[in-house]
Amino acid sequence: MNTTAPLAAAGLRKSYGEREVVCGVDFALQPGECFGLLGPNGAGKTTTLRLCLGLTDPDSGSITVLGKPVPQQAREARMRIGVVPQFDNLDPDFTIRENLLIFGRYFDIADQVLRERIPDLLEFAGLSSRADARIQTLSGGMKRRLTLARALINDPELIFLDEPTTGLDPQARHVIWERLRNLLKQGKTLLLTTHFMEEAERLCSRIAIMDHGKIIAEGKPQTLIAQHIEPQVVEVYGENAPDWAGRFGRSHAERCEVTGETIFCYTHDPAPLITDLDARGDLRYLHRRASLEDVFLKLTGRELRD
Amino acid sequence: MPTDIAMNNRKHWALPQFSLRFAQVWRRNLLVWRKLAIPSMLGNLADPLLYLFGLGYGLGRMLDDVNGMSYIGFLAGGIICSSTMMSASFEAMYSAFSRMQMQKTWEAILNAPLTLDDVVLGEMIWAASKSFLSGSAVLIVAAVLGLVSSPLALVVVPLIFLTGLAFAGLGLIMTALSPSYDFFMYYFTLCVTPMMLLCGVFFPLDQLPAAAQVAAQLLPLTHAVSLVRPLVNGTVPPSWLLHIMVLVIYALAGFYVALALTRRRLLK
Repeated sequence: MNTTAPLAAAGLRKSYGEREVVCGVDFALQPGECFGLLGPNGAGKTTTLRLCLGLTDPDSGSITVLGKPVPQQAREARMRIGVVPQFDNLDPDFTIRENLLIFGRYFDIADQVLRERIPDLLEFAGLSSRADARIQTLSGGMKRRLTLARALINDPELIFLDEPTTGLDPQARHVIWERLRNLLKQGKTLLLTTHFMEEAERLCSRIAIMDHGKIIAEGKPQTLIAQHIEPQVVEVYGENAPDWAGRFGRSHAERCEVTGETIFCYTHDPAPLITDLDARGDLRYLHRRASLEDVFLKLTGRELRD
Repeated sequence: MPTDIAMNNRKHWALPQFSLRFAQVWRRNLLVWRKLAIPSMLGNLADPLLYLFGLGYGLGRMLDDVNGMSYIGFLAGGIICSSTMMSASFEAMYSAFSRMQMQKTWEAILNAPLTLDDVVLGEMIWAASKSFLSGSAVLIVAAVLGLVSSPLALVVVPLIFLTGLAFAGLGLIMTALSPSYDFFMYYFTLCVTPMMLLCGVFFPLDQLPAAAQVAAQLLPLTHAVSLVRPLVNGTVPPSWLLHIMVLVIYALAGFYVALALTRRRLLK
């Protein structure tokens, strides 16, 4: 195991009753990178994060976070970790400023140090003018920014972000991304779980795709796309699309996937497909480059996960 | 797999390991309370004082004396204890449940270098502190009314806190088990109200049938009242060590069971 890794997990397993939620997970973070843990709902991402924080004990396997064995020394490890949880748990009994102050005290940071740090964090979160506002008056995006600022109160080396932009509008999402890039520039290491592929592609230097408790693919986003999928996609929509796929699409693309009235054709050479679709004129289509989402859907399937 | 379940149970029942950071959980609650301190104090005082004055003067007029003292003098010691019980129970149930389940305050704290052991301890001491204010306020009112007859009553002060700990532990057990706020009604109906009526708050225990007197000896409020009433009236309570031990055991066992059940609930 790499001892300089900010976080290294090996052979992690965790079951709830008969159901194994994490079934042999290995990964290691490199200092200063953003590592993405991707997977459909119920893939085991959040459980993996909880294991790494020492909030639940693994059935087997080992975890080292910032040089500390977890869960044995989870308290010491958490001193230097920041956490942005999936659901906001800001303290509704306090103002924005008080939320940062009270949370900082949990780390034994002196009030004087906190009072010096808080203005910078408010600035970072774009909330300087609202410092004394109550939590209930904030928009979803503001709450997320404050949650991110709160995760930085102990100046952590490693930050866990569990679906940090779920439920945000595009503007708010872009602001969060910009802040996360800023943190990477400062040399922080990020562990991000998400099911927005765009987010992972933009932020992560490496990602691991998780499903049914296992990591099923790992690497740089571009490498994963190159390894797992044909580079070009033609999406075809319409009532007659499945019929077209059967008679033309399937024989001219390397792979076709059908969901309802939409056909996804994966290919190295989209020209024959486009020529045919243009000639017919009755089917709408979109030609694009393959993305991480295509890899994700190929590896984890298209059926719903609830 | 039964072995897994057995192993997890063992973990939940592991001995607590505290850090001094539990004090920050207590402090957090104090800061919230401070924002609403005056209405909260008045609200907590209104109920016990209504009992004290309503029953003490109203019913007291019809009684010559109870156990050799005026009825309101008899009642004061009981109401100090029942007010402490009520306040600790409310705080350890409704308020703690809000923080655990609704506001996810505990979840946020657990991402900092605190453990659930610290959180439950901080909450228990907080609930006892708040009930300490309620019980002490009744004691002060009783003193102002001239119902306190000797400096021995000062010993009541730490005993109020101990009583608060005993009921906070029980309340936190209910919180660990509760699916919703409605669940607490069972505890109030099945435990708190019977204790109010059977543990010697309003009338001496020896008025009860023999079986009920024995049952009452198992309940913590009986022991709190057995300690506080004589002290308020200037005498040393008989078998005081026993009564203190019962309250200590309730507090320690209550904490331990509440912690194990809360671990089972949250540390999945």
